[in-house]
Amino acid sequence: MLKVIEQGLFTTLQDQGRFGFKDKGVPVSGSMDVYTTKTINALLENAPNATVLEITMTGPTLEFKASTYICIGGANFVVTLNNEPISPYKIYKVKTGDILSYGKLNLGFRGYLAIKGGFKSKVVLNSASYYYPITKSRCVKKGEELNYDEYEDFNPKISELKISSILNKRELKIAKGPEYNLLNSSQIKQIFTTTFSVSNQNDRMAYQLKEEIEGLSYSMLTSATLPGTIQLTPSGKLIILMKDGQTTGGYPRVLQLTDRAICVLAQKKYGDTVSFKLL
Amino acid sequence: MSNYTISIRPFGQHAILIEWPNIVDEAILEDILQFKTYLTKNFLFPEKWEIIPAYNSLTLVERNFPINFNVLKHNIMQWYSEKSAVEIKREKNLWRLPVCYTTDFGIDIEEVATKVNKSVEEVIALHTSKSYTIYGIGFLPGFMYLGGLPTGLEVSRREVPRQKVIKGSVGLAGKQTGIYPQQSPGGWNIIGNCPVSMFEATRENPIFVSVGDKVEFFSIERAEYDLCVIENQAGVYTIQKIKIDA
Repeated sequence: MLKVIEQGLFTTLQDQGRFGFKDKGVPVSGSMDVYTTKTINALLENAPNATVLEITMTGPTLEFKASTYICIGGANFVVTLNNEPISPYKIYKVKTGDILSYGKLNLGFRGYLAIKGGFKSKVVLNSASYYYPITKSRCVKKGEELNYDEYEDFNPKISELKISSILNKRELKIAKGPEYNLLNSSQIKQIFTTTFSVSNQNDRMAYQLKEEIEGLSYSMLTSATLPGTIQLTPSGKLIILMKDGQTTGGYPRVLQLTDRAICVLAQKKYGDTVSFKLL
Repeated sequence: MSNYTISIRPFGQHAILIEWPNIVDEAILEDILQFKTYLTKNFLFPEKWEIIPAYNSLTLVERNFPINFNVLKHNIMQWYSEKSAVEIKREKNLWRLPVCYTTDFGIDIEEVATKVNKSVEEVIALHTSKSYTIYGIGFLPGFMYLGGLPTGLEVSRREVPRQKVIKGSVGLAGKQTGIYPQQSPGGWNIIGNCPVSMFEATRENPIFVSVGDKVEFFSIERAEYDLCVIENQAGVYTIQKIKIDA
């Protein structure tokens, strides 16, 4: 068990998502920064889909109730294990009574904690990823205990990794969306020359950008949307759907982020800037 | 069945969008769903592909790997032309859902009645008189986009959306009617409440409706509503389902 002493701002369990229910309106959910979770799961020799903790902006304090191995990654937080700072992308052994504590956030927005074998949480519709009301909880709560298997001896093939961080990246690579051709030349110019900033409307469902461009009034029949779909509203707002985003929408889908660009954006918070580049 | 002119467009690294003529039409929806069935059974298996139908489109999403647009487009054209030669059987259901239209639930029903120049009883009679077609499921898990609203019930969305619309609320907006499957913000005019959960994670079939199915509403009294809620919670409520031949 992992006891939650402090829950942090918004801490959730996430795997690679809920596949197979989009036609019933169920968002895919899953880790926002898949690039990081795959990396730390791989270091622990976990399956890519192993369940991790996603930690947003203000992290939790956690107490281990059994021995295991952990690895952190993603946003750059000051993280201590029994008051000693630990490094990301490095495997640590933890024992009963050890305290992992998240402190100041230096860079990025979402941190991840992977555990050997993954967290053992209830699977609903093929996934353990939190999404209320599909899962009972919206986020991990103080006092809660999260299950994991005990590991005493694990000799990782690689115990530490130097990664090329995406935290400083600002450029979002995009493909043309299905309604890209509705854009006029001035809208296209605005999209590719503006430095956009993340508005305060940003969460696991969608990121809205603060700077508006010329709007697009086009009446289309509701159609599928995906994580990374960028919708342009009649008033000129760009709305980027993320992992918990709705599965259908009625605004023109002008652009589509690459998988990697979704990870880059997932590490941006209110006020951070991004720009677009066509693939 | 004769084939429509379809257009195929890329939709990011993992997906492809197929579009039929841009109109709300049951025959088009049926063609889309037949093609979906044909693809799922023969070529694009559910372990790797999600296929999302809505109104005039079908979106194909590959789970893990980037797709090759040109190859897939070519295949889709081929499969679509082959489809017309085969008979496709598809399960299709009509769901009969109870709605309590009393004013404690139907908080806007009197206002709606005034707007459409009818009595509350006439609004209920009209709303329960039709079979609605599910053209899409989205916005929230289990939220149905229903087509086929009688023109006499068309009212515009509320000017100021509500922060909280309770679970089960049955609403009207423009040419649409639908049920809020969970509490959420919303701008539709609320005329009643359906006690049957449209989404229940713990139920064997969490979302029983599918795109292409039909929905009918029938009016129930408050006492029947309360009983239905209890039966739902206890998991003993039987949802009224009638098989339709596709």
